[in-house]
This record gives sequence, C-alpha cells and structure tokens, in this order.
Amino acid sequence: MIGGLFIYNHKGEVLISRVYRDDIGRNAVDAFRVNVIHARQQVRSPVTNIARTSFFHVKRSNIWLAAVTKQNVNAAMVFEFLYKMCDVMTAYFGKISEENIKNNFVLIYELLDEILDFGYPQNSETGALKTFITQQGIKSQHHTKEEQSQITSQVTGQIGWRREGIKYRRNELFLDVLESVNLLMSPQGQVLSAHVSGRVVMKSYLSGMPECKFGMNDKIVIDKQGKGGTADDAGKSELGGSGKQSIAIDDCTFHQCVRLSKFDSERSISFIPPDGEYELMRYRTTKDIILPFRVIPLVREVGRTKLEVKVVIKSNFKPSLLAQKIEVRIPTPLNTSGVQVICMKGKAKYKASENAIVWKIKRMAGMKESQISAEIELLPTNDKKKWARPPISMNFEVPFAPSGLKVRYLKVFEPKLNYSDHDVIKWVRYIGRSGIYETRC
Amino acid sequence: MTDSKYFTTNKKGEIFELKAELNNEKKEKRKEAVKKVIAAMTVGKDVSSLFPDVVNCMQTDNLELKKLVYLYLMNYAKSQPDMAIMAVNSFVKDCEDPNPLIRALAVRTMGCIRVDKITEYLCEPLRKCLKDEDPYVRKTAAVCVAKLHDINAQMVEDQGFLDSLRDLIADSNPMVVANAVAALSEISESHPNSNLLDLNPQNINKLLTALNECTEWGQIFILDCLSNYNPKDEREAQSICERVTPRLSHANSAVVLSAVKVLMKFLELLPKDSDYYGTLLKKLSPPLVTLLSGEPEVQYVALRNINLIVQKRPEILKQEIKVFFVKYNDPIYVKLEKLDIMIRLASQANIAQVLAELKEYATEVDVDFVRKAVRAIGRCAIKVEQSAERCVSTLLDLIQTKVNYVVQEAIVVIRDIFRKYPNKYESIIATLCENLDSLDEPDARAAMIWIVGEYAERIDNADELLESFLEGFHDESTQVQLTLLTAIVKLFLKKPSETQELVQQVLSLATQDSDNPDLRDRGYIYWRLLSTDPVTAKEVVLSEKPLISEETDLIEPTLLDELICHIGSLASVYHKPPNAFVEGSHGIHRKHLPIQHGSIDTGESPVSTGPTAALDQPQVIPSQGDLLGDLLNLDLGPPVNVPQVSSMQMGAVDLLGGGLDSLVSPKPCIFSVSQILKKVFVRVFWSQVLLRLHCFVFLCSFGVIPTTPLPIHTPLMPNQSIDISLPLSTIGPVMKMDPLNNLQVAVKNIIDVFYFSCLIPLNIFFVEDGKMERQVFLVTWKDIPNENELQYQIKECHLNADTVSGKLQNNNIFTIAKRNVEGQDMLYQSLKLTNGIWILAELRIQPGNPNYTLKIGASLFLSLQAYRPIDRSSVYKVVLEGCQT
Repeated sequence: MIGGLFIYNHKGEVLISRVYRDDIGRNAVDAFRVNVIHARQQVRSPVTNIARTSFFHVKRSNIWLAAVTKQNVNAAMVFEFLYKMCDVMTAYFGKISEENIKNNFVLIYELLDEILDFGYPQNSETGALKTFITQQGIKSQHHTKEEQSQITSQVTGQIGWRREGIKYRRNELFLDVLESVNLLMSPQGQVLSAHVSGRVVMKSYLSGMPECKFGMNDKIVIDKQGKGGTADDAGKSELGGSGKQSIAIDDCTFHQCVRLSKFDSERSISFIPPDGEYELMRYRTTKDIILPFRVIPLVREVGRTKLEVKVVIKSNFKPSLLAQKIEVRIPTPLNTSGVQVICMKGKAKYKASENAIVWKIKRMAGMKESQISAEIELLPTNDKKKWARPPISMNFEVPFAPSGLKVRYLKVFEPKLNYSDHDVIKWVRYIGRSGIYETRC
Repeated sequence: MTDSKYFTTNKKGEIFELKAELNNEKKEKRKEAVKKVIAAMTVGKDVSSLFPDVVNCMQTDNLELKKLVYLYLMNYAKSQPDMAIMAVNSFVKDCEDPNPLIRALAVRTMGCIRVDKITEYLCEPLRKCLKDEDPYVRKTAAVCVAKLHDINAQMVEDQGFLDSLRDLIADSNPMVVANAVAALSEISESHPNSNLLDLNPQNINKLLTALNECTEWGQIFILDCLSNYNPKDEREAQSICERVTPRLSHANSAVVLSAVKVLMKFLELLPKDSDYYGTLLKKLSPPLVTLLSGEPEVQYVALRNINLIVQKRPEILKQEIKVFFVKYNDPIYVKLEKLDIMIRLASQANIAQVLAELKEYATEVDVDFVRKAVRAIGRCAIKVEQSAERCVSTLLDLIQTKVNYVVQEAIVVIRDIFRKYPNKYESIIATLCENLDSLDEPDARAAMIWIVGEYAERIDNADELLESFLEGFHDESTQVQLTLLTAIVKLFLKKPSETQELVQQVLSLATQDSDNPDLRDRGYIYWRLLSTDPVTAKEVVLSEKPLISEETDLIEPTLLDELICHIGSLASVYHKPPNAFVEGSHGIHRKHLPIQHGSIDTGESPVSTGPTAALDQPQVIPSQGDLLGDLLNLDLGPPVNVPQVSSMQMGAVDLLGGGLDSLVSPKPCIFSVSQILKKVFVRVFWSQVLLRLHCFVFLCSFGVIPTTPLPIHTPLMPNQSIDISLPLSTIGPVMKMDPLNNLQVAVKNIIDVFYFSCLIPLNIFFVEDGKMERQVFLVTWKDIPNENELQYQIKECHLNADTVSGKLQNNNIFTIAKRNVEGQDMLYQSLKLTNGIWILAELRIQPGNPNYTLKIGASLFLSLQAYRPIDRSSVYKVVLEGCQT
C-alpha cells in the first residue's frame, strides 16, 4: 500500500511530507526531487522506480503530489487516490497552490491522517469528512453522544456520502448535461475518430433521504419499452425532452451512490444523491454524433518562404441556436516572420509566442459559414526537418448535447417527509463543449 | 488567519521560544506552538528536543490539539523511545474515551508508533477496540492489526488477533469488512501458505455482499482479494462474475480494473462455448475503452494493462483500434503506449487506417515517438503480409523526407522486411543507397551494409559502396565492423573475380589491425574457411536464413499469465513480476491463472499449465548460503533437443577444432565455452523458457568470474540462441572441482535459478610467461619428488616433435629443451597456470610410434594435494588431441 505522500512546490521544496510505512526512508523525499522534479529530460512516465521504490506523481499547476511505495500496490488506486486528494483539498481551500497549501498545512495533515490509514485509503467524501475534521470544521467536543455515533455511522455506513436530517424549505435540483465532443478529421474531411464524453452533474437541494430515479433516451431502455409496448409517455414529456430519438451509449460509469447491480440488471439508474453538487454519471458515445462545426483547411506552400492558408468553418446545427466562445487555432511554422490575416467575422491575431494564428468569434448561429485567409511569410532556413503541420484545433460551446442525449425524467421519492415529486423544482441544462476537436491540414 | 506564518519563524533561539510557548498556560497559545513545531518538522528541522514539552500538551480534551500532538509523536517516537513511553498512559486512557472518534484516533496513532515498549501496551486496547460497538473504531482497529503485524508478527499471532480479524469479515458494517480484508490480504502475503483469509464460499458470499455497499476503496480491497480465490467449479465462477460485472460501471478506474482482473482470471474457468463466456467478453470491452477518457496518469496505467489484455485475449478489443489513435496533445507516455497497442491490434481489416495514422505520427516532433512510429510501420509490414507493399512504399516516402533519424530508422526496419519477404522488394535498394552518406547511427549503417552484402549480386557498385565504409573501418562500432566483414565476404563469394583485393583488405583489417577479439575471431574463421574450402564457405556464408517471426515483442506466456493476475497493480505497469521490484517477503508468492478443473485441484494454489509446472517444483533453492552446494544435483526439466549447432556464428569455434560438441551437454540450458586469447565465449540456448537474465555466477577451480554483467538486454524467445562474449578474470572465488576444468554456472532469470556445468579447455589457464629458465627447469625437475611425478601414454598422435612443439607453444606450453636419446625425441616443457602453479613435463616421442609417453611433475612451490594426477594429464590430452587434426 501507499508508503508515504509528499507534496512539493515547483522548485522541489517539500511542503507536506507524511510517511505511513517504515520501509520508506527519509531519503525517499530527496530521491524523487533529484530524479523527477529536477530531471533534465521531460518526464517519461507518471510512475518512476528509483532504487526499488516506486513513485507515483500527478501535477496540479506548479505543485507536485507524489505517492511512494515499496510494494506491489494497486497502481490505478494510487492515482485515483491522488486525484481524490486533490478534489478534497480543492473543496476545502480552493485552488491547489503553494500558498494555499502552506496556509492549510495542519488541515492537510489532519486530512491525510483521516483518509489514508497505514496507506489504505479510507472514506474520502468531502461531505462526510467535513463533519469531523476539526480544522475549519465543526469542533467535535460540541457533539452530543448521538451526534458522534451519527458521524461514525455515516463515515462507515452504506450511505457514506449523505448525512441524515438535511432540510430545505424549497426542494430544488439542477441537472447539467455537460458534453465534450472530440474529433479528429483528415484534411479531406473524413472523420478519423469522433466521440463524445459526457457528464451529468447534479446539484441537489433536497430534504431527507430522497430516492431518485434518473431516465434518459438510452437506446437499450427505449427499445425494451418499445417491445413491451408500455412506453412511459408520462415521464417522457416531463422535462421537455422530445424523446423521439434514442442514443446508443457505449459505456457509462456512475457515482458511487448509484446502485450498480440494479443498473446491470434493469438498466435503471436509482440512487440517494449526496447533498450539493456532484457528478452523477459519465458516459461515452461514438455513434451518430452531431459535429457542431466542420473545419475545411487549405494550406499551400508558395515557394520556400511563403505559406497560404485558408480555413473555412461551417456551423452545423439548428439556425435558432447560437454557439459561443468560438476559437480556431491555426498553427504556423517556427520560422514564421510575418503574417497577414483577413477574416470575415470575429478577430484574428498571429501569436508568435504560441506559433499560431488565433481566430476568435464571439457568437455564431447555426447553418452559417465563415472564412479566414492568411499569408504566412517564412524565414529561409536550412533546417532539413520538415514542419510537422500540427492539426488545426477548435474550441466552442453550444447549447445542446452533441451526442443527442436527452433527459427524460428525474423522479424524487421521499416517503418519510412531506413532499412529493411534483413539489421539487427541477432544472435541466445542456452544454456541449469542444474537447480535442482537431482537423489535420 | 493562515497557517503559512508558521513556516517563517525567526531563526535565533527558535527552539527555546517554542519551548516556552509549549508550556504556556493558555490552550490557544499551546496549540499555536504545536503548529509551529509541526511546520518546522515538515521542512526538515530537528525539533525532537521538544519531545517532553509536546507530550505534555497531550493531556487535553481538545481534539484538534490532540491530533497535532499525535502527529508529532508519530514522527519522533522512534528516535526517543524512552520519552515515548510517557505517552502510553494517555493513549490507553484515550482508548476508553466515550467519544468513538477519540478511541479510534488513539488506536490508529498507537499503531503508527513503532516502539517495542509501546507495542506491548497496545495489545489490550486493541483487543477491546476490535470488539468495539462503534464501526468506526472497529474499522480502524482492523488496520491497526496489520500495523502491529508489521512491527511484531509473532505477537499478533500469539495474541490471537488474526482470529479476531477473521471474525470481522462477517461484520455487519461494510467498511469494517473491507478494512479487515485489506489487513488480512497484506498479512497473508508474508505467510503464503497459511490459509489466513480462509476463502470459502460462505466468506466469498459475505465479501460479495459487502462489495455492493462499501466505499470505492473498500471495493478495490475486496475485488483484489476476490481475485485470489479459486472457485471450485465453473458454476461458482460464473455466479461470482455475475456479481462482479456491475462494478465495471464504477466511476473509479481502480474499481474497474480490479473487476477486470477478477473477470479475466475467472474467464479461464468458464467453458469457451458457453453463451455467458461470449457475453462476458463483450462486456469487458467498453469499460476498458472508457478508462482512456480519464486523466493521463490513469490512462497510462490502463494502457499498460490493456497491452497485457490484448496479448492474452485479443478478441476483446479487436474492434476498438480507433480509440488507440494518438491525440496530438497526449502526454508522451500515453502516446508511446497507444502506439504499442495499435500494432498489436493491427490486422488486415484495419491496416489502411493504421498505416495512415502511423504516417502522420512519423512527422511529429518527439524523436522517440517518431522512431517508434517508423518502427511500427515496419512491424505492420511483417505482421500483415497483404500490407507489406503499402508499408514499404510508406517507408520510401518517409525516406524521401530526408529527416535524418527517420531515414535511419526506416532503413533498419526495411532490413527486417527483407528478412521476412526475401526477393520481393529489392527494387527499392537503389533508393536506399542514395541515403548512404546520411547514415550516422551504427544500427542504420549496419542495416544498410547488411542489405548491400545480402543483395551484392544485384547492386552493380556493391564493391564501391562497401569499400567506402572500409575507409574508416577502425572508427566504426563493433556491430558495423562485424557486419561489414560479413558483407564483404558475401560479396566476394558472389563476385570473386573483382573483389579479391577488398576481401583481403578487410580480413587483414579485422585480424591484424584490430584488438577486438570478436572481430579477430570472425576474421580468422572467414579467412580459414575461404582458404581451405570455398565451396563450404559458400554453403555456410550464403546459406538460406530462417524468416523472422511475426510477433517479436510478445511477453512470454507464463509471465503474461502471472501479470494478468496482477492487473491494476504496479507489476502490470512495469510488466515485471512483483519480486523483480519488491523487496523482502512481500510479493514473492507467485500467482497463477486458475485452470479449468477437470478432476484435480482442491482449491489451494493452482498450478499453471505448460512447462513452468515442470520447471517450478524441483528447483526450490535451499538458501543463499549453500546455493551452490547441490549444484548439478538438480536436473531441471525434461531433456531437450539440442538445437543444431552447425550454423553457429563464427565467434564460438574452438581454434583447435572439434572440441566444441563434446562440451555440449543435454541440459535445458547449454553453455559451451571456448577460449581464444583470454576471452570466453558463452553460447546459450534456451529451450523452452523465455528468459531475461538477471545475474550470472561462475564457480570453478581457477576463480574464473565474468568482469562485466551479462550483456543481454532483451528477453530471449524459446529456442532462441544467443552468443555472448564475456571478458573474464581469474580473481573470483576458488572452489575445487572435479574434474578440475569443470565450470559451474548459475544463471538467474525471472523464472528461477538454473545451474549447469561445462568443461573449460584447461589450456586457457596457461599464461604467456610460462617459459621457465633452463637452469631453473633443470633444478626444479630434479627436485620434484617421485610421488609427484606421473607417466602417461598419449595414443594415436601422428605428429613429429617440431610440430607438436609448435602447436603446444601456441597454447603457451613452452619447450625448454629438446634432446634426442636413442632415436627418441625428448621434449622438456613447462607451463604456468593463472594461479601461479608451474607444471613441468617430459614428452617422449618415438618416430613412427603414434603413442607418446608423457611424464609430468608439478613444481615444488605449490601444494599438490589439490590436484589429482588425472587432471594434470588432461592438460596435455586436451592439447594433444587437438594436435591430431
């Protein structure tokens, strides 16, 4: 299991060092600094073995988090733990920075003591932790005996992510369907790979211990219902989803509150949600993706010292919808000496430090087209190496889900308390963003 | 208020000030002081002198302060064991506290204090806490047992804590179960044979129930534990699989990978034709793909595991090649891994896409990545025959880019393509030749030279090309020199008329002007071969070469099976068994895939199929001390057919001829050792097992040890043989062997240690300054007592005195004097061994009588007991028998 955990700043100075196991010597801290942080070459692996000691590291802005072990640990678990550690720290004090870590080091030690015992990860749900971590939390000497046992049963219990006795005057929930659409397209416009990775993020402000059931236009469910002839139309119209077309989900993963065995057998998503914001599910689709933009590049080399670039973008969605924060990044060779740009819409600039022309458009409606052309002058070089022509990348945000996912319903049942599904105010929002959206040129 | 101020204390009198603050009356002040102490501790300052003052702060009902003091204690208790005892009372008291959080905190911290005296006091509180009414305390106590076991295993057993821990598996709280499982798993790793976990169907059922309810981390512990269970039949395996599959949808990638591990293991037990088997395989693919949308570090772990899974069960991901296409801004470690998997999944169906991608990658920036991409194109050509032509033309395109390292890498893979499809793509040689000048890496130069030599008859100016390399012959690396030598000999055999001068030039460069023994040996061999029998030379040098295999870098099956049992763990990331990187007893216990139960097996450790089973059992090594004690008594594995030695590389031939075959013994690993000029060539055949050699131990009468580690860097394939030359010295440990020239060798590889022996021609131990002064010889010869003298007949030796004398001199046996007595030639000879022993001899040769009489005596200034007569005569026998040829 994890033998120790170190946090370093960008210079390699130790900010936090917590050793859990005897086999990790004091020199382990330095070994990582010398061999990884101060290494001359770029880091070639997130796992490094130095003298039979394995170091796992992740980097958050300038901060290095490293877990150390001498055993054959579960590597995936160690990384998941490091991510979780980052989440917990962010939840407590915001951005992970040197200053914040120094400001909260006692808290971090207390957290490390609680979420890792002898190198074994324990409960790491922020909601639960906040009930008994003393730093900036509720001081536990004020707890009554009942409260204490309530804390411990929550931390160790089946529903470790939610405490009892939550009350809201207004029961409300927000569902965000956040998708990032990834594309790799050949210069000829052939889709080399495309997938959507989506997340359903839920913010719940619900009283008691509500049972929720979430429904979407999952092809398997719709087909099943279609066959059985018992289409659940009531649920369909509830949240304004048209629900006509169903989508094939390649795979999905759920927050630990979701009863996985029930999903496996009935494909129904039922759960008792944590309080506040959390990620209910992640999913991935590859079929019938709506690609919001098409990029058509044209690069022509005129002699050895000039390049002509023309890029057309076409929006491909309902004209009534507006895409925002559109940015097209056209890479330029390293020996670029000057660039002249003409664009029909938005603003375009050559950024020498980034070796790219950045073209920004604030808003663009569906089924429109826009174009940029540029002349790039090159310094003559005798560098034999050809310019690698990195792909043209694009960023944007659209108000629909490129996968076609629709929320069909989210039902809330709280038998013990006095509110029904109809009393809950529900909000749904769809946001599609570009992931890695690239067109080779 | 922030904590960062604690990091900046004024340096002067810091400790003194802290001491005062720690003893302050106000609780708040004391708390501040302890925080400062901990800040100082973090940045590496020694604040151990404050121990008593900090411990004084422990008696508080403020939980926050208590936690801080405990943190300090964990760090310094070990260095101040006597002081630490002061804290015991407080701990014991806290273990009785009405607040479960404090009880748990006390027992958790106590376990972290590794001081024997404290450990004794821990037992009673721990026993109580294991039965505490509060689950939070119980789950902490469970881990504490593992801590205690790490400090004092015997005590844990004696106190019966293991039984209490086992009882916790049936606990009503899922987190207690998970921690108990984690603790038991860790403890049982150091007791591989004790059935600590006692995995029986009832317990498994409890674990599966807890699996649905506990935290993500707990699920990982339980799944990892489940993977060690061996279901008694396929029905049980299937029912466990059914209950594990829902975990594939968990958001935590470690849960997913551990579930995949369980399923991959239990798949072995399911009948392949059952519906369930097919469904399960289908279910495995999407979660694996989903892992690739995680953070890069997890992607890396996933990819390393997918690499294993693809080798074990290619059908799972064969449709998914697209997800392994590299993204422009993937970290380099993800890119390299994806590339590896792409090649493994490449097939006729997807080759066009793969090639288009690879071509794209070959224009990227990162040199390693580009090289790997180019290499990958070559591997595609070798793997998918239908694509070979397209691959070759892609490679040609890349050569046209003139990017130096791309060209060089391309030429290296084209050589391999020629080896796979001989006589098919020779038309491109002209293009390759154009790039001759730009090649500056040994690999590429050697590849190009090989191509020129191999196809010399089709290249008009082959002689010119090779000659151009010859100019800087001595500056080339050995690899290039050897290839060049062979290439020119090939050329000569193909076009003897024009290239005689060239071949002579290279032979003299190799044999006379070089001090590289490998090169000289090969040079001499060619020279002799060419001068004695050109027809045979042609047969040998231009013989048809075996085709190279399709999959070159597969992990050896038994290792692969073992790694499959370690999915998700570090072993699967390193692609090494745990004992290769874990110290001590942990992880030494090897894991195997379960085998389908026909009749045998009772649920203990299953034994894998195939050759390892045979290799596994008999080779238990007694202990490090008498490691070599029963050398040779261990006859490993079944006898194996010795691979044909005839087509061997030239380097290993005994100059005196003929001796080699006798040195080959039918062992799984065969060493033959032959000597030329103080260098021993070791030839290794591995029969069944793929090996990566770790170390290499020699033991013999002359203290021969290798001076460098064995230079084998890539694993050997079964039946692959490899020639290694190894500089030796005689400064190693000496052990008397029988016969004297016996060399015992131990080779350690990932599977085990193998022992075997072979005979070294004794003459390699004769030193060059073995010529004794005449006078000294006379005196010494006379002084040798009769009991130290021996006489032998050497039979069937048809040589005259002078030739014998010459031949022997070549082997550092020097003729001191010669006289003719009654028509017989008497040769008086001396030789000196590396260990300083002189041996004197009188050789009587009667003309016309093929039998010689040999009289041997050893010098006085050495102890003779160690050497039995037979050995001394064998010295001569070896040499003289060689003379007969």
